[in-house]
Amino acid sequence: MSDIERAEEAHGQAGTTLAKPAGGLPDRFENPGLPPHQHRMGDTDPKAAKRAERQVAILLLLSMIGSIGIIVSIIAIKYDGSFDRIGLSTRAIGLSMFLSLFALGVGAVHWAKTLMPDDERIDYRHRQRGTEAERAEAVAILKEGAGEAALGRRPLIRNTLVGALALFPIPAVFFFRDTGPLPGDDLSTTFWKAGDYLVKDPEGGRIRAADVSLGSVVHVLPEGIEEEEDVLNQKAKAAVLLMRLEENLLTEKSADWGVDGTVAYSKICTHMGCPVALYEQQTHHLLCPCHQSTFDLTQDCKVIFGPAKRRLPQLPIEVDDEGYLRASSGFHEAVGPSFWERG
Amino acid sequence: MSTIDKVAGGVGNFADDTVGASKVVNGFARKIFPDHWSFMLGEITLYSFVILLFTGTFLTFFYEPSAAETTYVGNYAPLAGQHVSEAYASSLRLSFDVRGGLIMRQVHHWAALVFVAATIVHMARVFFTGAFRKPREINWVIGAILAILAVFEGFTGYSLPDDLLSGTGIRIAQAIILAVPVVGSYISFFLFGGEFPGQDFIPRFFTIHILLLPAIMLALIVVHLMLVVVHKHTQYPGPGRTEDNVVGFPLFPVYMAKAGGFFFIVFGVIALIAGLVSINPIWAYGAYDPSPVTAGSQPDWYMGWLDGAVRLMPGWFEFNLLGFTFSMNIFIPTTVVILFTMGVLCLYPWIEQAATGDRREHHLLDRPRNQPTRTGLGVMALTFYVLLWISGGNDIIAHMMGLSINDITRFLRVAVFVLPALAFVITKRICLGLQRKDREKALHGRETGRIVRLPHGEFIEVHAPLTEVERWTLVQHDSFRPMEIEDRLDAGNPSSLYGKVQRRLSKFYFEDRVEPVTPAELAASHHDHHGEVEGGHHDAVDAGNNPAIGTSQTLHG
Repeated sequence: MSDIERAEEAHGQAGTTLAKPAGGLPDRFENPGLPPHQHRMGDTDPKAAKRAERQVAILLLLSMIGSIGIIVSIIAIKYDGSFDRIGLSTRAIGLSMFLSLFALGVGAVHWAKTLMPDDERIDYRHRQRGTEAERAEAVAILKEGAGEAALGRRPLIRNTLVGALALFPIPAVFFFRDTGPLPGDDLSTTFWKAGDYLVKDPEGGRIRAADVSLGSVVHVLPEGIEEEEDVLNQKAKAAVLLMRLEENLLTEKSADWGVDGTVAYSKICTHMGCPVALYEQQTHHLLCPCHQSTFDLTQDCKVIFGPAKRRLPQLPIEVDDEGYLRASSGFHEAVGPSFWERG
Repeated sequence: MSTIDKVAGGVGNFADDTVGASKVVNGFARKIFPDHWSFMLGEITLYSFVILLFTGTFLTFFYEPSAAETTYVGNYAPLAGQHVSEAYASSLRLSFDVRGGLIMRQVHHWAALVFVAATIVHMARVFFTGAFRKPREINWVIGAILAILAVFEGFTGYSLPDDLLSGTGIRIAQAIILAVPVVGSYISFFLFGGEFPGQDFIPRFFTIHILLLPAIMLALIVVHLMLVVVHKHTQYPGPGRTEDNVVGFPLFPVYMAKAGGFFFIVFGVIALIAGLVSINPIWAYGAYDPSPVTAGSQPDWYMGWLDGAVRLMPGWFEFNLLGFTFSMNIFIPTTVVILFTMGVLCLYPWIEQAATGDRREHHLLDRPRNQPTRTGLGVMALTFYVLLWISGGNDIIAHMMGLSINDITRFLRVAVFVLPALAFVITKRICLGLQRKDREKALHGRETGRIVRLPHGEFIEVHAPLTEVERWTLVQHDSFRPMEIEDRLDAGNPSSLYGKVQRRLSKFYFEDRVEPVTPAELAASHHDHHGEVEGGHHDAVDAGNNPAIGTSQTLHG
């Protein structure tokens, strides 16, 4: 106990609170020291100790059963491709692992808690900060070393050293040059060009204008995109939604760029590029499932709610001689999320 | 000498001859660690990391980090014959054709969820108990860096199966990169090897996920634990515990058994969850294709707060200037929020040090109530975090509760600023209230529930005085006063800018406070009640004229 008191005193001195004496009584209470140790059942009763020993052994035995259970589950449950088998195997292995690991863990903890000594012991701490003598010695050593290096007297070496050290990591950045091409106009262009036929996504097949019924929505890609080498990159920009509604609901520009109330808009959200795949037929709203940006088809897909800023770009479409829909030009602006150079 | 003794002697002798094991044993085997359930939170973090290393290594034996197109052949019939990436096909094979593969994947995924959760709860424990104070500032910073790395590690990991859900997540990550002013497009093209999604991100994310980030994290974890040994573990205040000792049980054998056993408990519980509860069923989502999407797309939980921040941001934060696009509606709630959060987290120990002017070492933890302002700030930050997280599920909430998503979002846009401030005030008041209760208890003892009628008819409850051991925990702590009423030796020069900031902070932190009972107050209280049974004297504690309680105004006044 005297050790604790000594330690208390030491800390009191390290403290910087300005003490205020108060009429004979100490300013603060004194640490009463460790309370007396409470013995456990097992410490005094050999029967309780024996019982705890048996409990630990039973837990460890259960763990062994679990470990064997894992091996049996892996060997005995053969995969035949059915969901049931995979589920059974996963559950059997999972439960066996639980038994194997959990019982082992609980056994060890139970052993520590019931049978290992539980009287609290004390270690002493040392301040991280060195004593004044140690600090002075360290400073002297550093000064001596710095004196030997004599950087203070040789500014030429010091300055060039700083320069060399500052410059040497920078080339590392340039090693990354060929991790990818420069953006060029890739972010502003899509696969669509004048005359490209609209085909259904994913089943394929051109779309006859007359087949698009009022209120319907069709997922669309440009014909020929599946043959592209980088088909996913192209799809990520060229996906389009085709919708038909009464022409008088559309803005003049929208209607002009469409065919009899059938209009095509980029499906790639102008916010973060998710597909704007939810069309509310009643309200003519398009909703992005990622961050709930909402676009109003009757207002040329203007943003009416959510974190997107720009309207969805419209793809101008026309009908060919046989009545099939095709693009009358590519998109007039960049599709998808904003980027610095977009302007 | 028994055979066991002989073998042990031989092994020990070899270990000592070759690596000086005796010194290690002398120095470490009987190191004392204090006991408390909250110290096990960090253990859960460490153990789930170890589980991730084990299971992750297993997964790499089967996973193919390639975006090359292949035809899926395997046990999962609905996708048979489909053209998918090698990454997706191998993830399916791992789940459906490799015995124990699915449970390994599920243990890995569940352990990752537990890992990030335990990291954050552990951080909260360290914060609220003041375990980040000197000399542990650096270890707090290391922990904060580990926390954000854990989030990135999780994200790169769940992106690897190349399923529809993770592909949507990658798409969003790419938009976050594109939104970085000036260099965004270039970083995106270099990271993805060209346009999104391209062929390169899978092998690159794989290297980042299994080598780069885990190596950095492992190194930081080693330093984190070495510093725990160097500093010795903190302990909660209590009788016999001081700033200069550590009271607990020895590493060998007690903690060897307890902590070692706890590893198996954590592993066992995660295995149980993984065996019974499906996680990330990639076969149900299908392969990634930029065109379709599933409604109710949700990232793993630890990305939810950033997703929520993005959802709350109104679109008009994007603007064009000088021919360039400033995507502030994305840049602020992602990159800026991450950098700001990390900045504040890493700097917090020094912010509080400025307010207290306290440069002493602290090894006794604070009871959160005894630091009302810090506790309030912590709850404020957590409230903000949870609100963002809720925002990340605004569509799910709207769907489940039949509410308008627009109303929920509008409400949250306001709530995310108002509720944290409210949480701060309420938490601080609760802490002050609890401190008053502690004072009450220290002065007048504990309520016995025994009601006594005095001769003149008054009813009072009998209070039993506390023993000095019982009282100690309630009165042991330091209570800081604002610098304007009590100069501290370590405070900066009051005329310097730092000194001024410091005094403002000090006032903000310690203007409202309840000081612990002093021996003089206890003596006075006993004197007051001389000859009568202790009664409830709340007035004496709450009154503004008690110099120990109240604001600096009353003290000045």
